[in-house]
Parts: sequence; C-alpha cells; structure tokens
Amino acid sequence: MAWFRSKKDDAGAPARKVVIAEGLWIKCESCKDIVYRAEVERSGRVCPKCRYPFRITARERIAMLADEGAFEEQDGSLQSLDPLGFKDTKRYRDRLKSAQDKTGLREAVVCGVARIGGWPTVLCVFDFDFMGGSMASVVGEKLTRAIELAVQKRLPVIIVSASGGARMQEGILSLMQMAKTSAALERLASERLPYLSVLTDPTTGGVTASFAMLGDVILAEPRALIGFAGPRVIAETIRQPLPEGFQRSEFLLEHGQVDLVVERRDLKDTVRRILAFFADRPALPV
Amino acid sequence: MPDGLDFERPLLDLENRIAELRADADPLGRSDEIAKLEDRLARLRQRTYSTLTAWQRTQLARHPRRPRTLDYIRLLTEDFVELHGDRVFGDDKAIVGGLGRLDGESVVVIGHQKGRDTRENLARNFGMPHPEGYRKALRLMELAERFGKPILTFIDTPGAYPGVGAEERGQAGAIARNLREMAGLRTPIIAVVIGEGGSGGALAIGVGNRVLMLEYAIYSVISPEGCAAILWGDRAKAPEASELMRITAPDLLRLGVIDAIIPEPVGGAHRDWEGAAANVRAGVRDHLWQIRSKSGDELVRERYEKFRKIGAWEEESLPAGQR
Repeated sequence: MAWFRSKKDDAGAPARKVVIAEGLWIKCESCKDIVYRAEVERSGRVCPKCRYPFRITARERIAMLADEGAFEEQDGSLQSLDPLGFKDTKRYRDRLKSAQDKTGLREAVVCGVARIGGWPTVLCVFDFDFMGGSMASVVGEKLTRAIELAVQKRLPVIIVSASGGARMQEGILSLMQMAKTSAALERLASERLPYLSVLTDPTTGGVTASFAMLGDVILAEPRALIGFAGPRVIAETIRQPLPEGFQRSEFLLEHGQVDLVVERRDLKDTVRRILAFFADRPALPV
Repeated sequence: MPDGLDFERPLLDLENRIAELRADADPLGRSDEIAKLEDRLARLRQRTYSTLTAWQRTQLARHPRRPRTLDYIRLLTEDFVELHGDRVFGDDKAIVGGLGRLDGESVVVIGHQKGRDTRENLARNFGMPHPEGYRKALRLMELAERFGKPILTFIDTPGAYPGVGAEERGQAGAIARNLREMAGLRTPIIAVVIGEGGSGGALAIGVGNRVLMLEYAIYSVISPEGCAAILWGDRAKAPEASELMRITAPDLLRLGVIDAIIPEPVGGAHRDWEGAAANVRAGVRDHLWQIRSKSGDELVRERYEKFRKIGAWEEESLPAGQR
C-alpha cells in the first residue's frame, strides 16, 4: 500500500526542484529576488517577497493537502507504451525513461483516495516535472479510472493540474483523452457528485480545454499561467504585445473564468470547507 | 488550374494534353494517341494516389478548392435554415450551423467554416473559432436534443483561435464544456472530418457516436507546423512532423479513433464536389441508420464506451491483496 507521509517525514528524500538548490539562498522564479531558503520551505515553497508559489512535485502537493498518512494511491502501475513509434531527436521511450528516473513516478499524474480535513475524496495530482505534466493515454486513463472510482464509491473528485497540455508523442490518442476525461466528468456530474479543480502554474492547452475548466468549483494558485494557447503562440499570431498579467490567475478571476485565487497556505482549509459544503455534514474527526 | 499541388501537376498536364487533343479539328485521327495518354494518366493517377505521403494528404486536406461545410450542407440537405449567435456575446462566422433535412429527416447540422479567398477567410477567421462559436454549436446541439433530432457535424479547422479576446472569454472552458455536454447528449451524433481536424478546436464538435473521416482529411493533436516548431524550432519541417504524428485517415482507423473512412473521388474531393458529397451522404446515412433508433441511454453509454477505450498502456498485474 502506498501511503504517503507528511513532508516532515520526507525530509530525507533528495530535493529535485531546480529552484530549491542546495544552500541557504535561492532565487525566486517570479520576482528573481534572492530569498532565504528556510523561509521558503516554512511557507510551503512560497516566495516571501512576492508570494509566488514555487512549482512543487506531486508528492509534495499530496503531503500538503491530504491528512497525514491518508492517501492511498490507485492504478500506480499504469505505464505508457509508444503507440506511434515516435522518435524525434530522442525516442519517446527514452523520454519516458528519463522522466521516470527524474521524478520517481511512472507517469505525470498520481491518483488515489485521500482524506482532506477528515473528508474522504478522490485526489489526482499532476507533476510538471514529468514531461511537462503532459496528458497522453496513461494520464487520461488514470484520471478516468479515478473519476469512475469516485462514482462507484460516491466520493468527490479533486484534480490539481500542472500541465502543458496534450502530449505530442502520442498524437491523436492524447487528444482523445480530452474527450474521455470530460465524458467521465459528465458521468460524475449526472451522479450529482462534486468536482473541484485546482489550477496551478502552469495549466494550458488540452488539459485546460478539458477537465481543468470543468470544475463545479475552480480554484487557482496565485500568479499561475492558465490558458488555452500559450502566450508565445498568441503573441506570434496577433503580432502585438500581450496585456499586463495576461493569462495569470488574477486575470482569469477578473474575466470570470475561475471562482477563487487561493494562497497556498490557505489551500487545504479552503478545500476542506468546500468538501464540507458538499457533504453537508459536520466535519469528521481528523 | 492555378491551385494545382506539386504532385498533382504531372496529372494536370496530362489531362490538359488530352483535352487539347480532344478539342482538335480532327479528334478521330488522334484517337490512338488519346487512348495512349489516357492509359498513362490512369496509371500515373493510380501510382500517385496509392502512395500519398502524410504531407501530401495534408495539402489535399487544406486544398483551397476543397468543399467546405456550407458546400456539403448545400449539396446534402434541403430546406436548410442557418441559425446565428451564441446568445451571449456574438456570432462566430468560423462555425456555422442550422436546421436542415437530410434524406427526408430533420437534422441539426454544425461545422467549421473556412473561406475560399482572402476576403472570405478574414470574415471566417480562417475557420478558427472563438468561444462564442463553440457556445453557438452547443446551443444548437442542445436544441437538437430537446426536439429529438440527430446532430451532424463537419470538422474542418486549423484549430481554435489563439488570441487575447478568445482567452478573455474562456476559449478553454468553452471547448471543455462542449466535450462534456456532447458526451451526455441523448440524441445521435455523427461527426465527419472533411478537411483539417485541428486539435481541441476540432474535437469540440467531434464527440460523436460515429466519427467518420474523408479519405484525404487529417486529424491531429497539433498542426504539423506547430509540432515541427516544438521539436526542431523550425516550422518548415512540417512535412517531417506530419509523418511522425500519424494524422491520416488510415492511421486513425488503425488507432481506433475513427469508425470509417469515406472514399474521395479520383484526385480528391476538390476535383468532384458532387461525387464527394454523394459519398458523404452514403456514409452518414449508413451510420445514422445504425444508431437512429437507439434510446438516449444507449446512445450516451455507447458514446462513452467508444471514447473510454481509446489509448494504449500496459499495467502490472499485482499479486492478489497487494493493491
């Protein structure tokens, strides 16, 4: 059984984020300021100067959201094949292998049954370090199975996205995972079970244009890049400078596309309150 | 013909020579020569079209003279009434839709609409929809469900438009909602890829009980140009990218993404619109016939199962009790 422990217990694991370099000081990806590392760690990997939440791994996110020891992974053995025989500068199989070595994960999403503030829920978390969190067959299949499990067990679904979109190396099969996951969410909705989507930096492309924007409630971390097309593609298409703050969480909030922008330190409690609303019961003992 | 593609030119040259000979003052005296040339033409045509590369198919799929959604609507339906607008923001001319009659049956028809010249393409935004286009499509699909009419969609877009207004008005959410809502519609849906199936912008009207594809149409997760830009930083390598990505109708049939290929007339749909429309009509009729009497529950379940099984993966079977 794959029960994950809280971050404290994981302190011995090697850090693999570039921003969390060894040493006392690190550079913020957003404001480029040099900040004190311990302070960043204490605040759940948030820049103390500009409040930008650094990208974190799926395991770190799960440790941050799930109650201690209350995450049981599902379908962890699902593994990608190479259905198109895709090879550009590197073979797809080799890219998968190095992503696995880099992250210690089989694929770009980790799914399971969790408790958050005592509430049981299905929780799926993307890892951007695994090929940019891209969605291909396995990611689509794992999410779909997770949603179907929620229907079967009558649980809410939470998906925390961090993804560049559909994975090119599986071509049309990646595209079709958008339809597959959205269809599963249609089933969930018709069963009157809630779906909470959490958007983190970055969430773009085919992931945004499918399950990520279908939440009954959509939360976003501050300053996350969220959009359909990438800003570079848009700038090239319209040949004009993009507006200030374009495609950041706050911009989406302003344009009515997300419900709430939530600081990382408040995320778990916000999720807990939303789960309590849908459960319409007093909280369970933690 | 000014629009001839590179690989079409030898064929077009031969056709022109034959036409010239026929127009000669004494065609009978040249009949041997004409017969020989026609024989050569037939063999060359066979050779060219049986070995088309993915890039050549891409060029055919984007051919400026290829029939578009409104052409098929005109050739296939009677009493068509186009309906406009999403009732929220505007009318997106890159997606058209309306009420029509196909073989004596009412259908709601929706499709991407590309233009044929620069002026028309600007008006149609080159067939690249904004969110209001997807909302219009959804509005019409919901209308179809409400009145128990089947839905026929034509896919032909480079992709959803990547622009500031599109993002502000929720391009991603609009596409996502179409995917989810189409999955739950209790009425038959047939989608036909008639030209370019460009990514999420194509799929947003493509969640059908049956997905058919014209022989030289393409359907892909990203355009060959976009793929080439990402892989090699060079859009000019699109031909190589098109081969890698498996975007042709035979590829998609093999991958289980489409249900059938609709054959095109000799040389492609742009050489014979009526012939192409007749084949589309036959394909749509066949498949609509197979599903039109199914219940709403069955249609939703079958559509779910159809997309549910797409993909490739392997899985360790763990010893009992270890999960």
